[in-house]
Amino acid sequence: MAESIKVGMADLKVATKPDDVLITLGLGSCIGIALYDPTIKLGGLAHIMLPDSTRIKNNSNIAKFADTGIAELYRLMIKGGASKMRMIAKIAGGARMFEMSGNNAMGAVGDNNAAASKEALKKLGIRLVAEDTGLNYGRTVELHCDTGEYWIRSVGKPLKKI
Amino acid sequence: MSEFSFDSLNAMYMDVFREIGNVGAGNATTAVATMLNLKVDMHVPRVELLNIADFGNAICPEEEVIVGILLELEGDVTGSMMFLMKLDSAHYLVNALMGGYGGSGDGESFNEMETSALKEIGNIIAGSYLSAIAQMTNLKIVASVPFLCVDMAASILSVPAIQFGQFGDNALLIQTEFGDDQMIDGYFILLPEEDSYEVILKSLGIPLDM
Repeated sequence: MAESIKVGMADLKVATKPDDVLITLGLGSCIGIALYDPTIKLGGLAHIMLPDSTRIKNNSNIAKFADTGIAELYRLMIKGGASKMRMIAKIAGGARMFEMSGNNAMGAVGDNNAAASKEALKKLGIRLVAEDTGLNYGRTVELHCDTGEYWIRSVGKPLKKI
Repeated sequence: MSEFSFDSLNAMYMDVFREIGNVGAGNATTAVATMLNLKVDMHVPRVELLNIADFGNAICPEEEVIVGILLELEGDVTGSMMFLMKLDSAHYLVNALMGGYGGSGDGESFNEMETSALKEIGNIIAGSYLSAIAQMTNLKIVASVPFLCVDMAASILSVPAIQFGQFGDNALLIQTEFGDDQMIDGYFILLPEEDSYEVILKSLGIPLDM
């Protein structure tokens, strides 16, 4: 039976069945990175919070960072039988929740997370096929492994599928 | 980078920040109650050290819409502070402040007048919270204008979670409850920049290398 698998903050998971749905609730400035192999219908979702593990001393939780989190999700996808050639990525999140002054490092963290996620995907040679990042609102995301659709729900906005 | 980390936060530091939270939240609550002419019936604030993974639903379910007010801090202590409340509390306070002329009820959005009332409430709460800390530590702290966000709880809480995430895997959340007929739940999160933790602890005469 299809299962809804919840991915928490600074967490990552790979689906166990081809009709599973991976969900992460209320992405703010964090990024939800979905990896998908359409042939075997295998999906994985990572919820990263910070761009770069090398700039933080306390970096034991690899799912927290774009560089290490995406690398680990990729490793688990390959282990689960996915092919690098077929694998695609979709990303969402990275909002600026508060309209702070431009020079505040906290305000830019969403943009930095998005940039770092793209960089990490590029390094691994994974194609980024769709994204919904930036702006100023939160997003709940669902990766539907049967279709590869990435659903994005926000407050007061219609459901978006990418 | 200093060695500060919430994960290694020992009992004494925890006590210090708990006390800062208590005093600040108490002061802020009194200010709001006075402004709105509410009978001040207040519970002792609760200070919780939470794992970041559990931060998204620390206040309510992740997708529940809440109100977040953020102020940037400057002066001896830099960083920011956040005040959060649930929708019903926010509508209650706005209506009380506007003398019942709030208008748009209890939905997930606030009109222009209500937004500005919310910001004003944020100003008063943050101002009195910060002045309590300033008095305790004898430090100068100046707050920016308030920034408002009405959105899913987990999305708003991602902002402080990311800030705490740079130091470790835990975050401090201070809960306060006050009111008369209707109890209002408010949550404070103090987000000093890394160096400011040192400044605060030093000003209280607490050595950092224990």
